[in-house]
Amino acid sequence: MLEPRDAQDLRQIVADAASQGRKLELRGGGTRAGFGAPREVEVVSLRQIAGVVDYDPAELVLTVRPGTPLADVQALVAGQGQMLAFEPWGDADATIGGTVAASVAGSRRVTAGSARDHLLGLTAISGRGESFVAGAKVVKNVTGYDLPKLMAGSWGRLGAMIELTLKVLPRPRVTATMLATGLPPRAAHAAMACALGSNAEVSAAAHLSTGETLLRVAGFAPSVEARCMALPALMAGHCPLQRLTEEEAAPLWQRAMTGAELQGSVRWKVHLPPARAPELLERLAPLGAGWAMDWGGGLVWVTLDDPGTQVRDAAAALGGEATLIAAPQDMRATVPALQPRAAGVMALEQRVRRAFDPAGVFATGRFMEDADADQLSA
Amino acid sequence: MSIAMPAPDQATLAKRDRIIAAMRAIVPGEGVIVDEAALRPWESDGLTAYRQPPMLVVLPETVEQVSAVLRWCHGEGVRVVPRGSGTSLSGGALPLADAVLLGMGKFKRVLDIDYEDRVAVVQPGVTNLAITQAVEGRGLYYAPDPSSQIACSIGGNVAENSGGVHCLKYGLTTNNVLGVELVLMDGEIVRLGGRHLDPGGLDLLGVIVGSEGLLGVVTEVTVRILPKPETARAVLVGFPDAEQAGACVAQVIAEGIIPAGMEMMDQPAIHAAEAFVKVGYPLDVGALLIVEVDGPAAECDHLIEEIARIAGTNGAVTTRVSQDEAERVAFWAGRKAAFPAVGRISPDYYCMDGTIPRRRLPEVLRRMEELSQKYGLGVANVFHAGDGNLHPLILYDANVPGELDRAEEFGNDILRLCVEVGGVLTGEHGVGIEKRDLMPEMFTEADLKQQQRVKCAFDPALLLNPGKVFPTLHRCAELGRMHVHHGALPHPELPRF
Repeated sequence: MLEPRDAQDLRQIVADAASQGRKLELRGGGTRAGFGAPREVEVVSLRQIAGVVDYDPAELVLTVRPGTPLADVQALVAGQGQMLAFEPWGDADATIGGTVAASVAGSRRVTAGSARDHLLGLTAISGRGESFVAGAKVVKNVTGYDLPKLMAGSWGRLGAMIELTLKVLPRPRVTATMLATGLPPRAAHAAMACALGSNAEVSAAAHLSTGETLLRVAGFAPSVEARCMALPALMAGHCPLQRLTEEEAAPLWQRAMTGAELQGSVRWKVHLPPARAPELLERLAPLGAGWAMDWGGGLVWVTLDDPGTQVRDAAAALGGEATLIAAPQDMRATVPALQPRAAGVMALEQRVRRAFDPAGVFATGRFMEDADADQLSA
Repeated sequence: MSIAMPAPDQATLAKRDRIIAAMRAIVPGEGVIVDEAALRPWESDGLTAYRQPPMLVVLPETVEQVSAVLRWCHGEGVRVVPRGSGTSLSGGALPLADAVLLGMGKFKRVLDIDYEDRVAVVQPGVTNLAITQAVEGRGLYYAPDPSSQIACSIGGNVAENSGGVHCLKYGLTTNNVLGVELVLMDGEIVRLGGRHLDPGGLDLLGVIVGSEGLLGVVTEVTVRILPKPETARAVLVGFPDAEQAGACVAQVIAEGIIPAGMEMMDQPAIHAAEAFVKVGYPLDVGALLIVEVDGPAAECDHLIEEIARIAGTNGAVTTRVSQDEAERVAFWAGRKAAFPAVGRISPDYYCMDGTIPRRRLPEVLRRMEELSQKYGLGVANVFHAGDGNLHPLILYDANVPGELDRAEEFGNDILRLCVEVGGVLTGEHGVGIEKRDLMPEMFTEADLKQQQRVKCAFDPALLLNPGKVFPTLHRCAELGRMHVHHGALPHPELPRF
């Protein structure tokens, strides 16, 4: 594993790999190294390219290097009463660069946006070994193509971010959770849709297979109190609600957000139109799937012991898609991590990847979408 | 009038009749406009200082027609300029003498509304406001609200990543769009995103939004719609100068409040607006803030109190809280009329759109005043204070020889100043032709080439909306070349594990 100490080291490593036709896998904390197809490839760790470059709470802007631990970033902004609004989560080793590159967002995503919505600007090293800047360090900007959107969630397939400028927002002073119990999935979706569509400004909504439905209300104390008082009446046609303490609520939200407690050797993450989530579960129930719903139903974690692609097929049939998060090695060797897109879109994505990485330095086979990459010459 | 457009291609002009015939075969009836007089209304967009009649206008009605038009033009090497409602303030839809102007105004249907999941699917010619009108009966609305929202189309909003006064809290277009159907320059139809959040694969939708019509022609848009806030209240605060107003804005945000809107006006803008709409703005203040909060009534009441308190500690000399909806609307009436109000005190004005880090505002206003004296032209400022987006309005008279050029130079200096203090050339209006030649102020050649390589992935022949955004047109083959490094050992000095 290569551990460049700074951007200059990294630039040279990538440029050399490009000229020599070698492959590199960019890595943050390595917490998702098991994602995607098994591959033998040289790893470049960005963990030493770390640290806060600039943090200006009043401007709502934070610039950090990619190897900075996610937990450090969250502690830093929490110290100023702020947060990363997309609620990223990860293991102790997770880095901010890896988190953004993998587009990790938590329960608040449904109302606050994802990593892509909060990445304002960046400096990166492309597969050409060239440094480039895109976006900016202010919260409102439309100058030039929005390349930060492309880099967020790109899994290091375009280039290595060496500086990320993120939008930060005030952390709610008070967060409350309202709980309903015993709803079946269809009723739970309807309840979540009602809550998210109401003007009680519910900021997150989740439902667990054990029957808990969670609604989050956050903001200033008088507002939170008023909304928690109003919600039971708004939800009267759906379910009775009780208020949880944050200590009671936190582990439930954690289960919904990460799906981590679900049993099964094969783990899928399904994104789909929320109204279709109950139907997904009806299709998968006979297979003995474990599941948890977040984003009002727009995200469903599914676990199985079955290495088939029924989950992906069902997600596609319902207008969504399934990402294979974890699976035994032989399954990962045959089932692509990402749901295949239409041929025209796949071809367009390939052309865009080549626009950043003409030699295919970062086309490691992890996504099984670069079959022809090796034939491309620099 | 200092911005040059690409030289018309004589071979294209020579085959105009054949192009017209081909377009008429694709779009029958009156959807192809060729007469000189009939082309005149299409010669400009919202940046009216620049005018160029198009070679011809094509107004398709179906995605198949859009695809066929683009495929034919691609095959023949004919340039195409897409256009929504033509309200761009940066010249994004300025026609070219040798290009087909592809007007999307006939794509006017709302295709589907899903009230449960709060998603609307619309054609690109639907106006921004019409989306809200289609769903407001159910207590919903579409959040981005550019000031041209009664006229501007959602397709144009996608191209420009339009914002509005509420975007600090609710985001720009890009944060509110879930999917598009897009036709590439070669006629291929692709769908990006859908009705769900965060599709896998590259976020191509993210780069389409704000690409200023250079990457493809949008033929369908899926947007998120939001529950309308229960209440909205505004407070009008006057300060002796912009420095104190800026300090107030900073403290509002530092105390954890993200208002729905937070607008600042300087004295010339206040006076122009008050003279026009007479809403009772204080005339003896140096800067005026309008702060709006929305949400549940309990929240609005609490935040308005907090904001009034913060204003007081920052030297506010007048503070008025809206007591009812009519008063709230009146507070905004002056701000919303600021541009036409300035139009009354000056024969012409030129609207700029830079963003700066907010704390640099006093310095930027001071230097702008110096520039105003240097160029001998007045300037009035309206400012999206929450997100640092400045709209200086430069006052000039196009009938006075040289004033337009001076206004443009003044504007360019303001944008250079924005970049110098850590900001950007455009916060919401787009680069278009207007700021095209200033792009090197903000980006290096390497940065711009990387953006242009993305263009090459979508439109390698560079036929779609050429002459916009990029100051230098590089051929895609040239951009693809790589410098090869020979003989270097791969880093023996680096630690390996």
